[in-house]
Amino acid sequence: MTTINQNTGSLSGRSRVVSNKEMTFAERIYLPAIVKGFGITIGHFFKKSATIQYPEVKRPIAEIYRGKHVLKRDDEGRERCTACGLCALSCPAEAITMIAAERKEEEMHLYREEKYATVYEINMLRCIFCGLCEEACPKEAIFLTNEIVPSDLHRSDFIYGKDRLVEPLGKRVDVTHRQTAKVLAFKKDKNQSHNS
Amino acid sequence: MLKVTIDNHTIEVEEGTTILQAARLIGGAVVPPAMCYYSKLKESGGKCRTCLVKVAQGSARDPRPMPKLVASCRTLVADGMVVQNITSPEVLDTRKAIVEFLLINHPLDCPVCDQAGECQLQDLSYDNGREGTRFEEAKRTFKVVDIGDKIQLHMNRCILCYRCVYTANQLTDKRSHGILYRGDVAEISTYIQNDITNDFSGNMIDVCPVGALTDKSFRFKNRVWFLKPMNASRSCSKCSGKVTAWLRGEEIYRVTGRKDQFDEVEEFICNECRFDKKELTDWTIESPRNIQRASVISQNHYLKAKNPSVILPLENRTVSMEDFDKEINNELYS
Repeated sequence: MTTINQNTGSLSGRSRVVSNKEMTFAERIYLPAIVKGFGITIGHFFKKSATIQYPEVKRPIAEIYRGKHVLKRDDEGRERCTACGLCALSCPAEAITMIAAERKEEEMHLYREEKYATVYEINMLRCIFCGLCEEACPKEAIFLTNEIVPSDLHRSDFIYGKDRLVEPLGKRVDVTHRQTAKVLAFKKDKNQSHNS
Repeated sequence: MLKVTIDNHTIEVEEGTTILQAARLIGGAVVPPAMCYYSKLKESGGKCRTCLVKVAQGSARDPRPMPKLVASCRTLVADGMVVQNITSPEVLDTRKAIVEFLLINHPLDCPVCDQAGECQLQDLSYDNGREGTRFEEAKRTFKVVDIGDKIQLHMNRCILCYRCVYTANQLTDKRSHGILYRGDVAEISTYIQNDITNDFSGNMIDVCPVGALTDKSFRFKNRVWFLKPMNASRSCSKCSGKVTAWLRGEEIYRVTGRKDQFDEVEEFICNECRFDKKELTDWTIESPRNIQRASVISQNHYLKAKNPSVILPLENRTVSMEDFDKEINNELYS
């Protein structure tokens, strides 16, 4: 059974009775308190500022930071994604949707496999950047990068399509630091022939 | 009635029953996997060897064990027979080897394949296969043959189970495809291209255990695990009209036969139902179709877990299943 504090009637025992004692003269003219407050404020002028001027100045980000996604191309510049849907299946936030299509004869240089994603969308407002899509991907197509998803004005602008996800041919994204020594060793294992 | 014991479960069955059928009557983990046997197709079975079991005691009259593992889909039970399936390390080891054989020429293009998620070979290799492959040579490939406007043939994925050939033989009076050539180069084909036109040809898709025969109207449309299987029906003059409609939202992506727990269709359906009726208004949607919880199709459907049946180890078995697996792995990798 809870005991109630007899003096205050408090259940938690942490409440205090309000004190209404008379202020002294020094307290009544308020000046010492004002001077003391200014002192604290002015003191901050001479301290190192805690804020930085983003986006001109950026804080260092860990190389394995999980930020904006990238859809990788292979060594020949073909898209690796084959729209197998495993990223969408593994996504706990259900942020990924895709529509698959069949590769045509003249598109051999664009897509690596017979099937590819014509539409691939990630809703960055839903995404929790857990990296499970990266883990699920059997084709090493999707990776998270250390780039931050920028703010925007409209919700619809946060649905990133292939135009913003696929890495540009001229500006390849390096993701090797995301692959641990263990993963790289696994890839070299000839017994794991599905990795190419 | 004959008394047969399979993995310590004893059951009485009629004369003329095969070991596989008896095991299916028991159900659960006792049932040997089967890639080529199809209960609805006469004479199917005996080709893939995945259902091999050990007969520890031939019958009550002649209690000697059978000298080799036998294909359970083709071996009839005898009174007093004692069969070991998953309680025999020898059977599990052999099954592992058979899966490896089946996968030697299988392209493993599951991310592209439409069958992924409901593929029997995928399930089989998850249950019995090894993680890696020891096969370094180039895989066997075939030229692409267009067998018709309804069905896509991927010969590279075929495991030559003959199910589709039996389907065509037994459902129609004029089969137009078959196995050409022999041995390593044997392939399913029509000889004359675009030749499959029969009204029931779509059932070849359902009986195919792998992704060799897939629905052209569903090709790359969606992944099976994103679709919701529903029992649907319509009055059809050619077939029973009882199908499974695979929906996403209000849209029917594909129509298949209703498959039972052994992945065999309950009734064959006609091509009109399968390929032409893709509107929600064509069908009476009855109820959600129950899919086994272990299947990837049941992902996110929050079905209640069923405890698997417990099989007591045989008395003469000394190694545990895990130790046995480790042993095999060590042997293969060292």
